[in-house]
Amino acid sequence: MVRTKLAAALFAATALLGLPAAAQEKPKELVVGIATFLSGPASVFGVPGKNAADLFFEEINAKGGILGVPVKPVYVDEGAGTNQLISEYRRVVQDQGAQIMLGAISSGSCNALAPVAEDLKVVNVMWDCGTQTIFEEGKWKYSVRTQGHAGAEMMATLLYLMKVKPDFKTVAVVNQDYAWGRESWALLQAGLKALKPDVKIVAELFPKFGAPDFSTEITRLSALRPDVVISTSWGGDLDTFVQQAAARGLLKQSTFVLPLAESSMERLGAVMPEGVIVGSRGDHYFLHPKYKNTPEMQGFVKAYKAKTGVYPIYPTFHMNQAVTGLVKAYEKAGAAAGGKWPSKEQVIAAFEGLEFKSLTGTITIRSDHQGLEDQMLGTTKRVPEYPFAVYDKMALYPGKLVTTPLGEKSLDWFAKVKPELVNDKSIETFDYVK
Amino acid sequence: MILLAALDGLAYGSLIFLVAVGLSLIFGVLGVLNVAHGSFYAIGAYVAASAVLAAAGMGLPVWLAFPLFLVSAILVGVVVGGTVEALLLRRIYGKEEVLQLLVTFAVFMILEDAQKVVFGTQPLFANAPMNWLGTVEVFGIFYTSYQLILIPLVALVVLLGLRWFLRRTSFGRAIIAVTQDREAAMAMGIDATRIYLFTFIIGASLAALGGALSSATTSLTPGIGSGMIVLSFAVAATAGLGRIEGAAVAALMIGLGRSAAVYFAPEFDVLIPYLIMVVVLLIKPEGLFTTVQTRKV
Repeated sequence: MVRTKLAAALFAATALLGLPAAAQEKPKELVVGIATFLSGPASVFGVPGKNAADLFFEEINAKGGILGVPVKPVYVDEGAGTNQLISEYRRVVQDQGAQIMLGAISSGSCNALAPVAEDLKVVNVMWDCGTQTIFEEGKWKYSVRTQGHAGAEMMATLLYLMKVKPDFKTVAVVNQDYAWGRESWALLQAGLKALKPDVKIVAELFPKFGAPDFSTEITRLSALRPDVVISTSWGGDLDTFVQQAAARGLLKQSTFVLPLAESSMERLGAVMPEGVIVGSRGDHYFLHPKYKNTPEMQGFVKAYKAKTGVYPIYPTFHMNQAVTGLVKAYEKAGAAAGGKWPSKEQVIAAFEGLEFKSLTGTITIRSDHQGLEDQMLGTTKRVPEYPFAVYDKMALYPGKLVTTPLGEKSLDWFAKVKPELVNDKSIETFDYVK
Repeated sequence: MILLAALDGLAYGSLIFLVAVGLSLIFGVLGVLNVAHGSFYAIGAYVAASAVLAAAGMGLPVWLAFPLFLVSAILVGVVVGGTVEALLLRRIYGKEEVLQLLVTFAVFMILEDAQKVVFGTQPLFANAPMNWLGTVEVFGIFYTSYQLILIPLVALVVLLGLRWFLRRTSFGRAIIAVTQDREAAMAMGIDATRIYLFTFIIGASLAALGGALSSATTSLTPGIGSGMIVLSFAVAATAGLGRIEGAAVAALMIGLGRSAAVYFAPEFDVLIPYLIMVVVLLIKPEGLFTTVQTRKV
């Protein structure tokens, strides 16, 4: 009797343990759906992301694919609107058999897609969106983010500003009037209050997304003369703002803080003067002081420039993180499955605690599925080697230092940030070297 | 402060006027509410910026940009505008407004994609002409001469030029005759088809000129046409569709209103064109400058 019970228990335990590790049929190809902006103003990021993905998958396929399975990327346009995006996303999973989805650039898209991914039980790698709330307010089994979030980006920006210009008294903000512009400012404002309670906010300007003209904002800033002007704008809006502000001498009058400017530097060329604080949503920079000479980086920059005619910008690095993370998660899950093709549950489980090297820093995925990504800021400098401004006086902030701790909400964390963080010993600094 | 805001409003309003007056003219004469008008603005901007960048690449002097703007605008008006009118719009005159809106919207979408194929998705800007003209100082604040003087000046020339053309030239009078009564005008020997084509080309060229002028101050990204078409519709509706002087006043109101909002109530910045439109239309449902229409028997 005892023996029978023991045998039954053993059988049950084996069956239970065996279930998740059940061998999957190795597919002929791995369809990876990628949501990115192919139309509208955000395609200035979406198309470089797609170009990079094409390059990375070509390279992976040339080496035999992921665990021996060739990858087939399928693109979905985020620019078509949320409803269209969701139905396309479903179609790619259900009709085209995508096992992996990379979605998306816009935080709005990520918020909309996370529940859809849960519903479809498809591994969803958030490859570029920045909203900090997605894993702070929700718990998603099938979604993971292979990069940092707005909280880490804005904390690093604040710490850098406090370090290089500690004596400012007045601040103005000019952000795009949509979720990113408003939320990033809410974070910065909470941090400013904690770090510098006496600072005065003299103007909060939110021109509409895609505004072609910032003349009135610039006139107002010229009259107010704030010590610091912050703008988390990006793409054409940032180009236009910097261009119009530079033409009217405003960039010399105030210290400009532009945390997303890395993606505009080449286009702005001679317009971008020295002394502007710039960032890159992570530590992404083709002239990264630690990684610019690695064979991987040099190979990527050369291939990307040959394909597109320009230097790679941060969405291409975010795409690299998503693709590298995916490959590493498959390898880890494949090893756990004893060399068999892993199930999607095994793949998503493999992401937890995964550590992998990107083209720049190392990414760690926390248990809440949020990635820890280093952040880099610098001050612009003009050099003879490039026809556009480069980063100088760089500071590299470890992802762990600037990311909101597990279980806390970013806005609360920002409100209690301590000035000691500005000079934390883990922050590395570099000057521009040819 | 109010003066500073007014100067910005003047420059912005002038640019909107250039685009909106073309839209208004086309509606006034052809009776078509042309959504694709935003594409003419965008293509005008892209063509002008590409021409300026190409000229700079060849080492040509910066001032050449100004004649290039004009040439680009006329080229876009004739080639793109002329083709759209001759191949498509000609078939839908007098048809239901919904159909006209759908067709012109479809043209807009097709042209949006065509822009991406031809000009790519990378933001494009050619600011050399703006910097070349330098800055002027007003009460210690620097403005670019390009925005403060050149753009309003071009808008003024266009306004006066259009008025003169429509009232003093025989072709202009023929246009007005067709607008008033197409059948009677044709009976008197006026070639309405030619007039329609010509008017459409002028309207499209004006939108393209607005785009060309804006190419020096703004960065060109996919979707710039849609922003402008919405503003142009607001101006045209506020003015009363088909009214040229009305478009000037309405564009100025919207420009000044927007500037004032940035100074005194930034949260209304985006809303202001629509608020002005709603208020005007509530008081005068036909728009600011419409007169009572006589009923045809």
